[in-house]
Amino acid sequence: MPDDPPVIELDELTKEFPTEPPVRALSEVRLSVRRSDYLAIVGPSGSGKSTLLNVLGLLDRPTRGSYRLDGIETTTMRDGARTKLRGSRIGFVFQSFHLLPHRSVVENVMLAEVYGRHPRRGRRERALRALEQVGLSHRVDFLPDRLSGGERQRAAIARALLGRPSLLLCDEPTGNLDSRNTAAVLDLFDELRAQGLTIVVITHETEVSDRAERRVRITDGVLAEV
Amino acid sequence: MHPRDLLDEAMAGMLARPVRSALTTLGTVLGITTLVITLGVAATAGNQIVGRFDELVATSVTVEVPEDAAKPLVGWDAVAQVTRLRGVTSAEALGESKKSANLSVRSNNLLDPTRVTDQTLSVVAAGPALPAAVKGRLLQGRFYDAGHLARKDPVVVLGQQAAKMLGVTRLDRAPAVFIGNHAYTVIGILGDLRREKNLAGAVLVPPTIGKRFGLTTVTRVLINTSLGAADLIARQAPLALSPGNEGMLQVLSPPSPTRARDGVQDDVNALFLILGLVSLVVGAVGIANVTLVTVMERVSEIGLRRSLGAARRHIAAQFLLESTLTGLTGGVIGASLGVAAIVAVSAAKQWTPVLDARLAVAAPLAGALVGLLAGLYPALRAARMEPVDALR
Repeated sequence: MPDDPPVIELDELTKEFPTEPPVRALSEVRLSVRRSDYLAIVGPSGSGKSTLLNVLGLLDRPTRGSYRLDGIETTTMRDGARTKLRGSRIGFVFQSFHLLPHRSVVENVMLAEVYGRHPRRGRRERALRALEQVGLSHRVDFLPDRLSGGERQRAAIARALLGRPSLLLCDEPTGNLDSRNTAAVLDLFDELRAQGLTIVVITHETEVSDRAERRVRITDGVLAEV
Repeated sequence: MHPRDLLDEAMAGMLARPVRSALTTLGTVLGITTLVITLGVAATAGNQIVGRFDELVATSVTVEVPEDAAKPLVGWDAVAQVTRLRGVTSAEALGESKKSANLSVRSNNLLDPTRVTDQTLSVVAAGPALPAAVKGRLLQGRFYDAGHLARKDPVVVLGQQAAKMLGVTRLDRAPAVFIGNHAYTVIGILGDLRREKNLAGAVLVPPTIGKRFGLTTVTRVLINTSLGAADLIARQAPLALSPGNEGMLQVLSPPSPTRARDGVQDDVNALFLILGLVSLVVGAVGIANVTLVTVMERVSEIGLRRSLGAARRHIAAQFLLESTLTGLTGGVIGASLGVAAIVAVSAAKQWTPVLDARLAVAAPLAGALVGLLAGLYPALRAARMEPVDALR
């Protein structure tokens, strides 16, 4: 569908932190990510990766420039609207999973539909389906601390998938995993991408970035295709 | 966000650390318990004393008539004017004097050296409605009536004690007692007096007979009122008894019930109320403290929720609801403990527990309010958190 707007479109996006002297974390970044793209953003620590992720995830505002998500200009939006957009279009996958320790796996997944306009009816069934999608049907009623790292990350991915996001935004998703679990998560990303999901992964592991079809490197806030 | 979801999340947050939540509620529990016990026991005790007054004292009015040599202030027939007042259930006039208080009375004229036959008894003149006025009953025989008065029959009614002292046990042979040199037929024995119990040791004579012993004037009027009418009757009775001289009559009326209740509550309450309020404040500080710690512990959870689309108000609402629920739980437990304590105290003292339904409802609400206020600052802190910082 060539008429579709890109999922992510960054135009001269700049982020400066008001320290003395000002730190420019992102410098006139241009980036376009189309639907079903699988993009890896690599770079050393302190290069601006996390800042880019925060801006892409609508957690932080850029100083200048434009960021269109699904064709919607986000930089001029008010806080509330950005929060709604974040909840409905972006699924986050964190390095440390961020699963609530006292809730079962399925309850953690169901949390994705608590905010925003989702019907309560059928929520559990949808969560079970998302868990099935990540191959975790046998663990639905476990508490997170009974799961292996890979299983935890898959539960977190199921949570991210529940809101049917346009974009899966992953911040070092395999940073806390051993190689076997890393491979399982990367296999899952491949599957999801094949189903048409747009995935952006921030990583410093070549093992992860090699699996992506497209790589960009960020160095001192400047983005370049690899 | 669906309200049910908000409630679910708050409940889950509270139940995630059950022991901590239980300890957090403790302050509120203590405060609410103290308040409920203070208010409840004071109400129970106050009501108890008033209840005791209600039975007799609160309905008894006595009018003392000073002796006036020139002319009697109150006539024997004036009692009818009091009896017709609304709120009066019974009334009767008594005539007593110092002279007639120690008369020698005996039950026969034989001189028996082995026995003391003379008894020193008080002779009191009283109208025919006396049994009702003293709330007594006739153990035997009957009381004299208007006919005895009109015929000036020489009859007497003995008080229970007087009859015993004189050895009068049966009336079927129409026994007589001698007062001075005259014999009088005993027609009844009056007992079980609930007012003017000293009359149990007296010889009661009709006013027409009383004149022989110098009992010409009314010295006291006993009035019984219906509950709550005592104050009114106390004001009206002197006017009815002696129009124009009402100021000279002295009225003894029961203390007003409200004053009795206030007195009790003032004594007990002030200190314990302050104690309860202090406990509540301490409880609130405890909730605020723990909620603040919880917020700091759950920074990453806040970040996650923000990333899932939670607005600041959702975060604030969740923590506010958690602290409110904590307070409410404390309030419910405190109110229950308080009510149980009131019942226990009442049972131990054999009182009737007085439980104000409003108190039982208001106490948990007060707990919830404490929790709400305590949660304000932590909730604000949680809501102000930037998602970027919270997820770091």
